[in-house]
Amino acid sequence: MTTRKLEILVGAFVALSIAALMLLALKVANAGVAGSDQSYQLLATFDNIGGLKVRSPVKVGGVVVGRVANIHLDPEQFQPVVTLEINSSYNNFPETSSLAILTSGLLGEQYIGLQPGFVDESVEILGNGDHIEDTKSAIVLEELIGQFLFNRGNQ
Amino acid sequence: MDNTVAKPLVDIQNLTFSRGDRVIYDDMSMQFARGKVTAIMGPSGIGKTTLLRLIGGQLKPDSGHIWFENQNIPLLGRRDLYQARKKMSMLFQSGALFSDMTVFDNVAFPIREHTKLPEEIIRMMVLMKLEAVGLRGARDLMPAELSGGMARRAALARAIALDPQLVMYDEPFAGQDPISMGVIVRLIRSLNDALGLTSIVVSHDVNEVMSIADYVYVVAERRVIGHGTPEQLRQHESPLVQQFLQGLADGPVPFHFKAADYAQELMELKV
Amino acid sequence: MILDKLQQVGAATLETIQGFGRATLMLAGALWGRPRFVKAWPLYIKQFYVVGVLSLLIIVVSGLFIGMVLALQGYTVLSKFGAEQMLGPLVALSLLRELGPVVTALLFAGRAGSALTAEIGLMKATEQLSGMEMMAVDPLRRIIAPRLWAGVICMPLLALIFTAVGILGGHLVGVDWLGVDAGGYWSAMQANVDFEQDVLNGIIKSTVFAFLVTVIALHKGFDAVPTSEGISRATTQTVVTASLAVLGFDFVLTAVMFGG
Repeated sequence: MTTRKLEILVGAFVALSIAALMLLALKVANAGVAGSDQSYQLLATFDNIGGLKVRSPVKVGGVVVGRVANIHLDPEQFQPVVTLEINSSYNNFPETSSLAILTSGLLGEQYIGLQPGFVDESVEILGNGDHIEDTKSAIVLEELIGQFLFNRGNQ
Repeated sequence: MDNTVAKPLVDIQNLTFSRGDRVIYDDMSMQFARGKVTAIMGPSGIGKTTLLRLIGGQLKPDSGHIWFENQNIPLLGRRDLYQARKKMSMLFQSGALFSDMTVFDNVAFPIREHTKLPEEIIRMMVLMKLEAVGLRGARDLMPAELSGGMARRAALARAIALDPQLVMYDEPFAGQDPISMGVIVRLIRSLNDALGLTSIVVSHDVNEVMSIADYVYVVAERRVIGHGTPEQLRQHESPLVQQFLQGLADGPVPFHFKAADYAQELMELKV
Repeated sequence: MILDKLQQVGAATLETIQGFGRATLMLAGALWGRPRFVKAWPLYIKQFYVVGVLSLLIIVVSGLFIGMVLALQGYTVLSKFGAEQMLGPLVALSLLRELGPVVTALLFAGRAGSALTAEIGLMKATEQLSGMEMMAVDPLRRIIAPRLWAGVICMPLLALIFTAVGILGGHLVGVDWLGVDAGGYWSAMQANVDFEQDVLNGIIKSTVFAFLVTVIALHKGFDAVPTSEGISRATTQTVVTASLAVLGFDFVLTAVMFGG
């Protein structure tokens, strides 16, 4: 076989593999938040993060606005501190916003739900490095069962 | 004919080579004169092919010198060794043609690799070399389509493609029918004279070798046991040389493989 | 008796280590110096064709069938939990992270790897490699290097094609046959598959495997005993050793990448 014919076939092969890569990158993986590289960081402290993991999504009303960048334990207060990386196009959350650790579906993964708070003249907008005060920890099943039994016992 | 008048092209001095525990050569010395056909003969299995590989630098001796032109082959670095190898070529027993190229491309291979000559010149050179071995019409065949003798001739054309100074032949007559044998014999001699080559022929085909060699070394028992022109050798007094040259079944190289006493072994079966 | 066994184990270990040494030397010799891509271009193209293009058929067919089987099996289990909409992520993640790189590597070892070993072993047996050396042409640069690059570059590309075809095959079975919602298939996938974590890691894995399989195949061929029995043994060893190496490294890489 001539070199020219081989070159054409090899070129087609490489083109096919690039097409496969495009398919995987665009249609299969989420090109969403990974695409835009502008983001800012917010911090929040919880009592219990439950099953929250790094890279878990941050959602407002079900829409992904960012990801969990880091989880570490405050060495003095012994409380978990979560670093959120929020997409820069969502940059006007008021400081009265609250965070809760929710579960998607019954057996699904855990994510952070952000509920924007009320806005008036005295309320500031959250910027890079700010701390969100109002946080609700994850629901721990044992505590829930304990509460339920306690309530039953009281009746 | 004095073999040492002009400086020999290849000069082996005090060569010792062993493979594992077996000593193949023990303090051996040989000279190969320029422009002459020198033969190396001996019983099979004593390592004649190994000697060619030592000259070509594929193997390193335990001690001794192998002088090629002004260079000591075992001491050469990689690049110098490759430069030296461009002046020598080897014809392998099986021909060793590249199975995925035509005869033409095989002969053109060394030219294309080592020179930047344009294709028209290369074509002329290849056709000339093929004409010299009588295969110009077969240049578009693949090696698988050639007979053994033709493959060997094509390999010979490839070996002389770059007009080397030294050509080494590894058992060129082995397993050939009389016609192919005659062709190869004629080619070795005529090419040597026409191109001013120095040829080293390793073989144990006594008659063929004696008919074209200018000088012969007989190697056995790890060293040279006899050397000289073919006439000198025929009168050599060593019984081992004579047994070899005349093809006697029994002599210093015994007919019987080492075994216990014959009568005793027969008697044992009866018990 | 025990001493004999110990001695055998010791000898086998030394033999293996020597093999590693020879393989490394071969690799170093093949990669040393500038690769003369321009002059040797036809050689490289030919190898890319033999190693890559000729493997396409088996890769595409296998990818398609494995994707389809994944969707079939996955649907059966997921529907018990009412979680059919997770079929997309199931197929995609299985292929991207594991099956794509590993199965492609195993198929590659069997098809292209054994072919490489046999070819080089045969060249060694017919003294073509020796002849090349005597003609002052380095067989490592001329024969080994193009095949090395072809293997290392083509196999990850084949893995990408395998994965993509598998996901499409999963779509074929899941959406067109079993009735999973088409939009749900792709959107659940997009929500759960991350480019860096899954796609890139998969590519890294298949590159590592490509390197392993190609080097093992070339080394076994280069080192083969130049008889017909030796070549057949070398070819078998390539497939076995390469497959085991791929599976072993897969475990290590998975633990590092996804272990958490």
